[in-house]
Amino acid sequence: MKKILKYVIVDIIQNKIVLIYTFLLLLISLSVFNLESNSAKGLLSLLNIILILVPLISIIFSTIYIYNSSEFIELLVSQPVKRKSIWLSLFGGLAASLSLAFFIGAGIPILLYHADATGITMILTGLFLTIIFVSIALLAAGITRDKARGIGLSILLWLYFSLIFDALVLFFLFQFQDYPLERAMVFFSFLNPIDLGRVQILLQMDISALMGYTGAIFREFFGNQVGVALSFFGLFVWVVIPLFISLRKFDKKDL
Amino acid sequence: MIVAKNITKTFGKLKALNDISVSFNKGECIALLGPNGCGKTTLIKSILGMVVPDSGSIEFNGRPINREWLYRSQVGYMPQIGRYPENMTIANVIEMMKDIRKDSKMHLDEDLIQSFDLGALMNKKMHTLSGGTRQKVSACLAFLFNPDVLILDEPTAGLDPISSEKLKDKIILEKEKGKLILITSHVLSELDDLITEVFYMEDGRLMFYKKLSELMTDTGEEKLSKAIVKIMVA
Repeated sequence: MKKILKYVIVDIIQNKIVLIYTFLLLLISLSVFNLESNSAKGLLSLLNIILILVPLISIIFSTIYIYNSSEFIELLVSQPVKRKSIWLSLFGGLAASLSLAFFIGAGIPILLYHADATGITMILTGLFLTIIFVSIALLAAGITRDKARGIGLSILLWLYFSLIFDALVLFFLFQFQDYPLERAMVFFSFLNPIDLGRVQILLQMDISALMGYTGAIFREFFGNQVGVALSFFGLFVWVVIPLFISLRKFDKKDL
Repeated sequence: MIVAKNITKTFGKLKALNDISVSFNKGECIALLGPNGCGKTTLIKSILGMVVPDSGSIEFNGRPINREWLYRSQVGYMPQIGRYPENMTIANVIEMMKDIRKDSKMHLDEDLIQSFDLGALMNKKMHTLSGGTRQKVSACLAFLFNPDVLILDEPTAGLDPISSEKLKDKIILEKEKGKLILITSHVLSELDDLITEVFYMEDGRLMFYKKLSELMTDTGEEKLSKAIVKIMVA
């Protein structure tokens, strides 16, 4: 498993996209922090960019990478290697290299300009989002044989998590505005890792007042340590479940 | 050595393998024959665990291969169309395979690398290679680890006459060491002096599996190609 992981990581590093992604993140983070007079404001602007960019790059790059590794996978499957270790190495390689890219590109500037609890939560959330979307990409690539369909599915999933899900929740809130839905909202946010990350950081930044009554409920739920632990657990579940399903799928796949 | 019991595999509506039961033993050199799309490659891939049969079981040295992986260290496989990571060089690919399959007491068999003169091409990337050179790389990898079982899917397709002679000589050499060799090929004339048994499939079904000599007496022919044509036409 270690050996295969090594080959995957070397291959990803040779592929220059991850390097470009790192520089892009670095450029964005540094310019955001330098443009805003207040580093807290800079962090907020960076948050919005990270919540869009990180899932997008992670899911698209990983999906395409999995399809382009089909030769590598085919070669290894006929060798004395466990299928599980091939798939987990691909996951590990992608997750490790994209996380490293995020850490260098966004993590280090955050630590330089705003190294408090909020900054660290933001780095953790970014790392989680990276790994979650690698895991979702593996699922998308694992269930579709066709490359175009797989990449299409990934883009749709990204759209769903970044835009459509919020629209649906808003629609739901308006339809049922006569009912007390605040607690249901807490539950809903667990269904979308991006929302979960956003809520957590906004609460850390102490601007939950902007989020109205629901914000107060969130604060009550997420604000204390149990809440934080629970939401990180939620993010963790988002890593494990897609990975587990795709692993089972790959175990039975015909190559 | 390899025993398959009632294996069936369907792809959508197509029955690629239909209730195949067979046993292949050490020292045999078996030709898997049949028209295009009759399920030869699916059978090979099932033995390698690359395709998971819908039902039935396959045993390797008495142990079911279901979800096993270690048995593949005793198998060398040469695919019909070798697909390799495009941006690796030949040397990279060979090094990687050595790294993954390495066993300190293992004797590496690099005869084919020398006889095919691959040394000069070692630093070429896989995507720049011609089909024949790719085929040579596949052959080298199949023989490299001195496996007990060799599975060769159309080994000489795309090779020039000299290289294909070299490969045939190598196959005969390994056969004499008492290895189990499975070959599929459509060039029947070159199989005459290689094989000991004939396994003939049609539409996913096993039509017959017998010794080459038996087949010859049954059909009254001297050449495998003539004998098979006689059967296919009949």
